[in-house]
Formats: sequence, C-alpha cells, structure tokens
Amino acid sequence: MKIHEYQAKQILSKFGVPVPQGEVASTPAEAKKIAEKIGPRVVLKAQIHAGGRGKGGGVKIANTPQEAEALAQDMIGMTLVTHQTGPEGKTVKRLLVEEALDIDKELYIGIVIDRAQEAPVVMASSEGGVEIEKVAAETPELIFKEYINPSTGFLGFQARKLAFKLGLKGDTQKHAVKFLSTLYKAFQATDASLAEINPLLITKQGNVLALDAKMNFDDNALVRHPEVHEMRDLDEEDPLEVEASKFDLNYIKLDGNVGCMVNGAGLAMATMDIIMYTGGMPANFLDVGGGVSEESVKNAFKILVSDQDVKAALINIFGGIVRCDLVANGIVKAAKELGLKIPMVVRLEGTNVEQGKKILEESGLSFQPASSMQEAADKVVPLATQGQ
Amino acid sequence: MSILIDETTRLVVQGITGGEGTFHTQRMQEYGTRVVAGVTPGKGGQTHLDVPVFNTVSEAVDQEGANAAAIFVPPFFAADAIMEAADAGVKLVVCITEGLPTFDMIKVKQFLNGKDCHLIGPNTPGIISPGKCKIGIMPGHIHTPGSIGIISRSGTLTYEAVQQVSIQGYGQSTAIGIGGDPIVGLKFIELLQMFKEDDDTEAVVLIGEIGGTAEEEAAEYIKNEYTKPVVSFIAGQTAPPGRRMGHAGAIIAGGKGTAKEKMEALEQAGVYVAQSPADMGAKVKEALA
Repeated sequence: MKIHEYQAKQILSKFGVPVPQGEVASTPAEAKKIAEKIGPRVVLKAQIHAGGRGKGGGVKIANTPQEAEALAQDMIGMTLVTHQTGPEGKTVKRLLVEEALDIDKELYIGIVIDRAQEAPVVMASSEGGVEIEKVAAETPELIFKEYINPSTGFLGFQARKLAFKLGLKGDTQKHAVKFLSTLYKAFQATDASLAEINPLLITKQGNVLALDAKMNFDDNALVRHPEVHEMRDLDEEDPLEVEASKFDLNYIKLDGNVGCMVNGAGLAMATMDIIMYTGGMPANFLDVGGGVSEESVKNAFKILVSDQDVKAALINIFGGIVRCDLVANGIVKAAKELGLKIPMVVRLEGTNVEQGKKILEESGLSFQPASSMQEAADKVVPLATQGQ
Repeated sequence: MSILIDETTRLVVQGITGGEGTFHTQRMQEYGTRVVAGVTPGKGGQTHLDVPVFNTVSEAVDQEGANAAAIFVPPFFAADAIMEAADAGVKLVVCITEGLPTFDMIKVKQFLNGKDCHLIGPNTPGIISPGKCKIGIMPGHIHTPGSIGIISRSGTLTYEAVQQVSIQGYGQSTAIGIGGDPIVGLKFIELLQMFKEDDDTEAVVLIGEIGGTAEEEAAEYIKNEYTKPVVSFIAGQTAPPGRRMGHAGAIIAGGKGTAKEKMEALEQAGVYVAQSPADMGAKVKEALA
C-alpha cells in the first residue's frame, strides 16, 4: 500500500525522525493560515501518489502568506502530470505546506527488502534529489549499502559507516546517525516495504531532515497496523480496482481491449502474455484466486463487463480442485443476470471439464468454447478487433 | 525416483482440523500420501480423518515418525508453525498458507539457517511426486509419473505446464511450486541441484514470473553447472512496472525484474525458452529430441 508524503512524515515524526515543520491544507485559506504560523516563507507541495512532482509544477515556493494563498488557489484542483502518473495525470486535493529551509546538501536514503539477500538493506548516496535508479545504473559505486540482520537490527556502527561514507562530519554526522537509526525503526515497526528519503536535507546550520518522504507497506501485514491501513486513499486508486479489492479479487486495469478473467496470478499473467503474443492487447489483469467459487466468478464478471474499453473477453479457468461444472454455473448465472453484451471466449480445463462445457452449451448464451490457451487467444483477439 | 518426497514420506498436517486442512488432508489421503499425524494446539488426543491429532509437532515426530509437514494455519500463525516444525526435526516443511508478512519470512529464513530442514513456500500449491506422494493442494489426477521435473513460482500455471507436458507424452518425476512471495524457502537453484542428482529426471521445466532476480540467478547456475536440458517460460511479459500482479513477489520494481531480462538471461544460459505459454510442452519435446 502507498501513502502520501504528509502521511509518511506523520509516521516518521512519531518515531523521532526529523522532518520540516508543516501541515496539510485542502483550501487556499488553510494554506494561508499555515504560512502565517510557520512562514512567512513556505513550500507548497501537491499531495499525490506519484514522484516527479517538482518538474510537473507540483512544488512551489511562496514568500508571503498571501502568495501562499494565491498559489494554493492554482494548485488545489489542478491535474498534475508527471512521469509516474500516466498521461491522464492526477487531481491534486491537498497541499503540504512546509517551512522553507536553507539547503546546504541534498543526499539520498532508502530502505527496502533485498529479496536475494533476504534482508532489509539501508542504502545511502551523496547523489540526492535525482532519480536513484539513474544513479544505480550509471554510477553504482556512489550508492553505499548496509544489510540488516533481523535479530540484531540496524547497528550503530552500520549507521556511522554510512554517515562517514556520505562525507558528513562533526555534529552533522551524529545527527545523520540518529536519523538513520530512527528511520530504520519506523521501517521495521510498521512492516514497510519501502522508506525513501530523497532528498535528505542537510541545512546550512548542519541539521538533518527528511525533505521528502515516501513509504510503501507490505499488504500482508496491514492487519497488524490499523493506523497505517487507515491512511489508504481510495481517490488515488482506479475505481474498478477498489471495487475488485472489496471482493478479494486481484484486478489491475491495463490499456488494451481484451478483458480476461483467470484463476491464479501466474496463469493470469500468462493469459495476458498469450493475448499479446497473438496480436491483441489485454485490458486487465484479473485473478479470481486459485480456488474459484460461483460468487467470485460472478463478481469478476461484473467488473469485467463494467469496463467500457473491453471489446471481447477471455475466461481461462484451470479447475484443479475446483470443479469446472461449478465454474460454468457461475459464469452462466452471471451472464443471465448481467447480460452478455460482448463476445466471450471460455476455456475450461480440469476436473469435470465435459460437464462444464455442456452447461455453457446448453445455456442458450453465445459463449465461444476453446479447449486450449492458444485456441482461446486465436478466437478472442479478432473479436476484440472487430468490436473496436 | 523423485526428489524430496516419495512413498516413504510420513506427513504431519499442521492445522488439520480447520476447513482447508480437513479438505486437503482428505484429498492427500485419497492420493495415497501417508498422513501419519495432525497438529492443532488444544485438540491433542482427538482423532481426525482417522489420524491422531497432537498439540505439538514434536509429539507427532516422536510418536508417529513424521518427517514432513504441511501447513494450513492462518497467515499470522504460519511463521511460528514453520519454525515449530523445523525445531521438531521435520526435514521438509510445505507451507501452503498465503499472506505471510515479509518480515515474518525474514525471521523464518534466519531461523532455518544451518538446520537440516527444507522449506517449500509459503503461498505454494505444494509438491507432488506423481504416483507416490502429494503434499499440497494441486489436483493429483492431472499428473502422471515420468521423467520431467517441474519448478514453478505459480499454481494454476504449473497445472497448465503439467498438462502440456503430459500431452507430449511425458510424465513428471516431481513438480514443485516454490511460492509466489518475495521471500520463499527452496528456490530454483537448490531444486535444480536436486534434479541434477536424480537419475530419473531427464529434463526440467522452470516456470518463472516477473519480480526479483531468482530466474537470473538460476540462469547463471545453469550456464556454469547444469547438464540436463532446461525449458522455461516467464509469465508477465505484458505486466506494467510498479504494479503487484497478484503474487506479492510479482512486481517490477525500479525497472528490475522484467520478463525480458529474465528470458534473455535464460536464453544465454542455453535454456529452451518458450515465448508463448502455449509452447511449454512443445519446447520439452524439442529439448529432448
């Protein structure tokens, strides 16, 4: 799960990680009020779940509270397009209004789980403020790493090593060590999957603060962090994806026009792949789960047909433990209830496949049967093209 | 022969009295798996599905000689269950449960370090040596005994591969789902090593997906040390970056872990890479021709 910058800073602040003074505004008047309190000079930052906000015009400096109000007027409600939002952009609903600080240096700190090492890793780089992927690709020697042993945690010497490698000295080095250890504490305590501070700010006075903050969390652990879970912002997600998540369906909207409904994530990705391989483009990823039920088939069907971009659909179910006749019943019921407005190719395989096929045939609905993945793809791709 | 499990395997099911545990224990018994014990804390002394139930795994090991465990407990208890089984001396633990927090798995892996215990999963359909033993939730009847080893990060896509391999006239020595999470127990390389030692395995099908670098590491190993033919398919060629495709582990992060990179690495290692998921079976035939 992703959260906003201001929410990440709230969490970090709770763990003692230094962040700039600031508050959230959802109206220009609020922005003015905050600037009067912490200003006069403030930074206004658009709160959306995407990076690259500065370049897109989502970060502005105001010298007076009046200016803050005027800028907020322009920024709230604007559609912000960055390299991470896609061409449609995202609507700005809130601004983080923060004190403007004197920048001496901008560094980079990131914590992620390293899958190959099976441990968290704290990364630091003197190349802050830019895309770290670029640094990693071009000058990997400028990224310093410390792997964490989960039973001892992030040790003092590891934090010192990183701070010294960043070229920090005196009190600044000590502040940085404290910053790193508290940041790791926040990461572990909230079951985060990413904590990225880019840039980490060194002020002219030698203070160390998180100028930006990005945190992602392990979806599997959210149940034990209700305070984090509450921060989920449904406005930042696709409405169909939100709807699907209510029914425990894994759904992701894509750009193509061939809808798919599949049981199991791997087979769902493979189904998307074969659609592309056959010359079409998938409209979505939709995994109804390895063990499908009549109910989940019906809900998935609903989501599939409510996407206007879907011109034809492929249902690919490899019923293992689940019986194909039950799945077929679910499909027929859903189609009768919701209508079958687009061509649908159904490939069923596994237990009781013959009964399943018979149910589809005798339903009187115009399902197109297929007996292999390739046959299904060969049938559905032209249908989608015709429907376009 | 087969790897990890065969007709002598003695299974204890953790969470045997629950809904999932009951359903799948019955299917495993029907398949011929020797389920010798169950564990549900607080229900020790009962009998469930004609199997004695114990409070702890170590009792199941001491009294029934269990040497493998299947885990069907809820996600927040699963890490504890894995470590309990390992501590009791069980040699193979298969964790079917999905939804384990990543930090729990980091602790599990550290706990298992140095212990004589292999973990499969979590979030896996399990492992099957056709005709001998099945530990997991896969449909037994689609498998046939034979000479192809299958290692996969997914569930139903593995069934698809099994079926395609069978249509080409080959059976399976052992098929293993390693699990769809970012951190899992046995990975491709360890299993490839086992298949290398297994005289009855002629070729291996390796089914990967986007996310992480496990496939690239496997490619490096295959290139340097593997002699048997390997066929591979990587799911997620059409997956967009930054989106989790169902499995917690299936995500292209920071531009890394794309299907393209993985397929290229495998091709360079001499692996028969199927571009389309419909060609997995045909590639096996080509590899063995």
